[in-house]
Amino acid sequence: MAAQTLYDKLWDSHLVSSRDDGTSLLYIDRQLLHEVTSPQAFEGLRLSGRKPWRLDANLATADHNVPTTLIERRAGVAGIQDDVSRIQVQTLDDNCDDFGIELYSINDLRQGIVHVVGPEQGATLPGMTVVCGDSHTSTHGAFAALSHGIGTSEVEHVLATQCLLQRKMKNMQVRVEGELGRGVTAKDIVLAVIGEIGTAGGTGYAIEFAGSAIRALSMEGRMTICNMAIEAGARVGLVAVDQTTIDYIGGRPFAPSAEQWEAAVAYWRGLVSDPGAHFDKVVELDASTIEPQVTWGTSPEMVVGISGQVPDPADAESDTRRRGIERALEYMGLSAGQAITDIRLDRVFIGSCTNSRIEDLREAARVAKGRRVASTVKQAMVVPGSGLVKKQAEKEGLDKVFIEAGFEWREPGCSMCLAMNADKLGAGEHCASTSNRNFEGRQGYGGRTHLVSPAMAAAAAIAGHFVDVREFDHTPAPQALSA
Amino acid sequence: MQKFVRKAGLVAPMDRANVDTDLIIPKQFLKSIKRSGFGPNLFDELRYLDEGFPGQDCSQRPKNPDFVLNQPRYQGASVLLARANFGCGSSREHAPWALEDFGFRVVIAPSFADIFFNNAFKNGLLLITLSDEKVDQLFAELYAQEGYRLDIDLANQVINTPSGESIAFEVDAFRKYCLENGLDDIGITLEQADAIRTFEARHRASQPWLFRG
Repeated sequence: MAAQTLYDKLWDSHLVSSRDDGTSLLYIDRQLLHEVTSPQAFEGLRLSGRKPWRLDANLATADHNVPTTLIERRAGVAGIQDDVSRIQVQTLDDNCDDFGIELYSINDLRQGIVHVVGPEQGATLPGMTVVCGDSHTSTHGAFAALSHGIGTSEVEHVLATQCLLQRKMKNMQVRVEGELGRGVTAKDIVLAVIGEIGTAGGTGYAIEFAGSAIRALSMEGRMTICNMAIEAGARVGLVAVDQTTIDYIGGRPFAPSAEQWEAAVAYWRGLVSDPGAHFDKVVELDASTIEPQVTWGTSPEMVVGISGQVPDPADAESDTRRRGIERALEYMGLSAGQAITDIRLDRVFIGSCTNSRIEDLREAARVAKGRRVASTVKQAMVVPGSGLVKKQAEKEGLDKVFIEAGFEWREPGCSMCLAMNADKLGAGEHCASTSNRNFEGRQGYGGRTHLVSPAMAAAAAIAGHFVDVREFDHTPAPQALSA
Repeated sequence: MQKFVRKAGLVAPMDRANVDTDLIIPKQFLKSIKRSGFGPNLFDELRYLDEGFPGQDCSQRPKNPDFVLNQPRYQGASVLLARANFGCGSSREHAPWALEDFGFRVVIAPSFADIFFNNAFKNGLLLITLSDEKVDQLFAELYAQEGYRLDIDLANQVINTPSGESIAFEVDAFRKYCLENGLDDIGITLEQADAIRTFEARHRASQPWLFRG
């Protein structure tokens, strides 16, 4: 057989049938459900008198709408102040109950952001196909699982048929070789990739991230990278299986049983691209040249290294691009040539399906330890990705580090990444955010988002403006030494 | 899903690249548990001068007079002419629901984001990809002529312009079939239920750890 890419293998192993025009039926192993994109799908099943094809393939949790303050969370769903949000979360509970789908409801310790919960439970396994009505489903590709973000009609289609209608994508390899500098993280790699290929650069492709810098990352880092494949336009991001993958899965609740483990691991080890496999496009980056990244505009491709400046629209290569930069600068309240380190922050958000896992919180805590959030910053919040991440962080004392530094320590959920709950920016406010989208109004009406890594966000909170976390260093601050 | 019916539609411009689904329908409207009623909030942040929230009477809100869809010449538009990477970002199907509820049946652009592309066709919205040059040409013609209409002939896969030019476009055979007949693809997939069951049994035998119970 010809050499195959990882994507080719995952596609072939789930292909039920293909039409002449390339429209194919792919079998789906796992569907993750949340409250925002599922109600209309369940309603569709009811109206047509259909039942879910396979209940045990589904797992649900509420994340987008849930409040993150303890006071609102104490009373469970009933305690959600916003009527429309409460109805939506309650509807998920009711639908899961009616149809018999496993649910981690609002105050279950396992509740959290769906893309944190799946891997944490071992519900995402190598070789699977995973879907969810959320574009950041690409996250699960870090486990060499073929994962697609889908719309609500497709959620209903997968519930009813266990299949997704899909056309095969092209293969792209993004190779990141070399060693990352100190203080430079997975988030900086993926922002640099998006800066390089643009937000439509990956449209129509499944991107496999490869190279020594990717291999050196933890599973958390790989998830951060695959999570943002969609911001480069690619619905699918992938990383091949290695020992890091296998070690992460062992012992998790949905992991294969002891008697199946050896067979599963043997299968998973084959989930790599064959030597000589053909990629339609290859992009190469040198990890050692990547600086900590900061977005300055209203699209994730509008990104620059911390030592850089806000670009000048006059330098744009096309008219559409020039108008795009002008519009972004106007919205962001920035001027051409302004140093990134001169951007002052009103709020700081550490969380989201991109960066709310334990390793992310450790990185941010290392920077925050013994320091104080600048008095000019109105709010700095840390929102763990799940109840289990929160518990682990508290076990390690990270909550105390954050609280002592002046950060708020919240309950798990999507929170200010998309501001569907009460956590949002005011008009004109600048936010250093570890989330994934800096679109106009994303974090609140008129809000101005700058995407960064957790370490950079923590450093910005302390300084009150962007700073190079590499200069900031991880050595304790003077006040901590004297304490 | 409603059938796609051929008619000459008034065209409105959305002249910016990378129009994301947050811009098409902001998140506060995603709290609805229904599929309908999103039209009044399409492009909410561009269309109105105040901040929108669910359940508002949009007819009482201050409109942004500079926004194209508020201009008299584009009232009743059913074809949206757009720029590259239209529909990028979130997978929210509320974006095509809002476009469709507003009255759009067709969007023409040099490129579309993948998830939006799939979502649109499932809701009777035809997306047509043309070259940058053709899209530039259509924008120029549209700006030059008030009441500019395009006849979208899905059966023959051509766009007929007022000047008599015919522009061919591609569409997947399966998507075209569903659009023309207003078909729900779940029913079509379930015609293959036996093939799915056969696949599933083989899959279970080779990777039993993917099945619980």
